[in-house]
Amino acid sequence: MTVTAPLLRVEDLTLDYTLPRRRLFEAAPRFRALNAVSLQLAKGESLAVVGESGSGKSSLARAVLALERPTAGRVELLGRDVYALALGPLRALRRHAQMVFQDPYGSLDPRRKVGWIVAEPLDALEQGVAGDERRARIAEVLESVGLKARDAEKFPHEFSGGQRQRIAIARALITHPDLIVADEPVSALDVSVQAQVLNLFMDLRERLGLSYLFISHDLAVVRHVAERVAVMCQGEIVEEGMVEEVFRRPQHPYTRKLLAAVPRIGGARRGEPAATAAP
Amino acid sequence: MIGLAVTLVLVAVALLSLVWTPYPIAVIDVPGKLQPPSAEHWLGTDQFGRDVLSRIMAGAVNSIAVSLVAVGIGAGIGVPLGALAAARRGLVEEVVMRFNDFTFAFPALLSAVMITALFGPGAVNAIVAIGIFNIPVFARLTRGAALSLWQRDFVLAARVAGRGRTRITLDHILPNIASLLIVQMTIQFALAILAEAGLSYLGLGTQPPNPSWGKMLNEAQTLMFLAPQLAVFPGLAIMITVLGLNLLGDGLRDLLDPRLRRLR
Ligand SMILES: Nc1ncnc2c1ncn2[C@@H]1O[C@H](COP(=O)(O)OP(=O)(O)OP(=O)(O)O)[C@@H](O)[C@H]1O
Ligand SMILES: [Mg+2]
Repeated sequence: MTVTAPLLRVEDLTLDYTLPRRRLFEAAPRFRALNAVSLQLAKGESLAVVGESGSGKSSLARAVLALERPTAGRVELLGRDVYALALGPLRALRRHAQMVFQDPYGSLDPRRKVGWIVAEPLDALEQGVAGDERRARIAEVLESVGLKARDAEKFPHEFSGGQRQRIAIARALITHPDLIVADEPVSALDVSVQAQVLNLFMDLRERLGLSYLFISHDLAVVRHVAERVAVMCQGEIVEEGMVEEVFRRPQHPYTRKLLAAVPRIGGARRGEPAATAAP
Repeated sequence: MIGLAVTLVLVAVALLSLVWTPYPIAVIDVPGKLQPPSAEHWLGTDQFGRDVLSRIMAGAVNSIAVSLVAVGIGAGIGVPLGALAAARRGLVEEVVMRFNDFTFAFPALLSAVMITALFGPGAVNAIVAIGIFNIPVFARLTRGAALSLWQRDFVLAARVAGRGRTRITLDHILPNIASLLIVQMTIQFALAILAEAGLSYLGLGTQPPNPSWGKMLNEAQTLMFLAPQLAVFPGLAIMITVLGLNLLGDGLRDLLDPRLRRLR
């Protein structure tokens, strides 16, 4: 479809974890967390990944951002194989892909001020941004997620869960990335706050032309942030398609099972059939 | 902060003793021996008629210097080793931890005896022996705490930001275990004071006529019934110091924690 390389291309990605060996002279057992996963994401497009706990969603997120060494397969960001790159070029590539984590209480260093935390990717990836320019970038990104510039002087513990997640989003945005990998970014938040943070994700996407690889176990969340969805089960993608399509006519029995488990939250939005499409 | 006050007084007394003590610490006055506390000798005199207060003041220098340097050696080598093991894992970790076990297998006393056999007795050798004994303590503590931090999301976030292992160790790992290390340092410092006392008793530490609390304590042992105050005063000095250091450690830990800072 597109002439240029896609933003993200994952090809036959397989990831095995080595588990602690049970006996001294036994080969260490391995666990296959990802099995030949392939997916593509064009610039500006968003893909949701759904699946139950343990299906390998977080492993996929980490592998896409070159945080795990895969057993086989490749990950291409902007046409470049991240696992073939030397440290320097990989670092240069990291500006374009950042991450938001599930638990906003664990993803912010309690000993650093918000300004420092938010600026970490900037300091690491865009050397030479200092002084007033750096301060302006921090203020700009904090304001873009609905916080105040002076919040930079505070510590994470002075904020609520939802505000902390905004700080984490600000950190992910400061290098003006094209792709944000979000690993269940609202599931640790109160239901009332979830909607606000989801709105922020949608709003930012519109304003900045971002692509999301948006991981969730909550199907109700998915339709708001992505146009395509991939369903993961035991380390494999069992079904992939447009969100509406998959929700209306799920092909794989596992997808039907997932859909059946969804409570009707905002299911009747825009007059579409409720999320519980399965019998 | 009581801990800080006690520690400062201790240091002040030690420094003062370098230039002034109520009586010269080495002058023997046999007729005036074993005096109880009085206006002239606040803490009495020992079996050679030397002023106990003067000797406790001077002993503070030895105790503090030996312990400070020994803990410095232990933390200075142990913390980087532990942090390295946690950051690199694999073979590096294996080598560091085996080296650690090897050191740990030699109790401070045994290594002190060995070092003394090789280099002769003295305060410096006591420092080295206690210092070596401290390395694995800090290496283990650091590695254990660092390993759990490396699993945390904020470290993952730093990796996504392109930070390397060294930088992450300096920016995130060490600051987050600093309070743990400081508390451990005050504990090790107290232990080092006790170890120095023990080594001096065996004749392996501070050499006479230089005073040390441990030496005073142990010389007093044989005079327990005749002059119990000779054991009580150096014992009290050790106790107050150890207590002060522990309080200081707690205070520093709270001070370093931004979550607790607002509450005071
Ligand atoms: N570091 C690791 N070592 C060994 N096994 C691991 C490791 N990380 C994850 N696993 C295993 O791999 C599988 C997939 O884990 P992963 O965290 O990717 O799942 P997930 O879909 O994100 O689940 P959740 O919804 O609970 O976050 C799980 O069975 C997990 O136990
Ligand atoms: Mg997960």
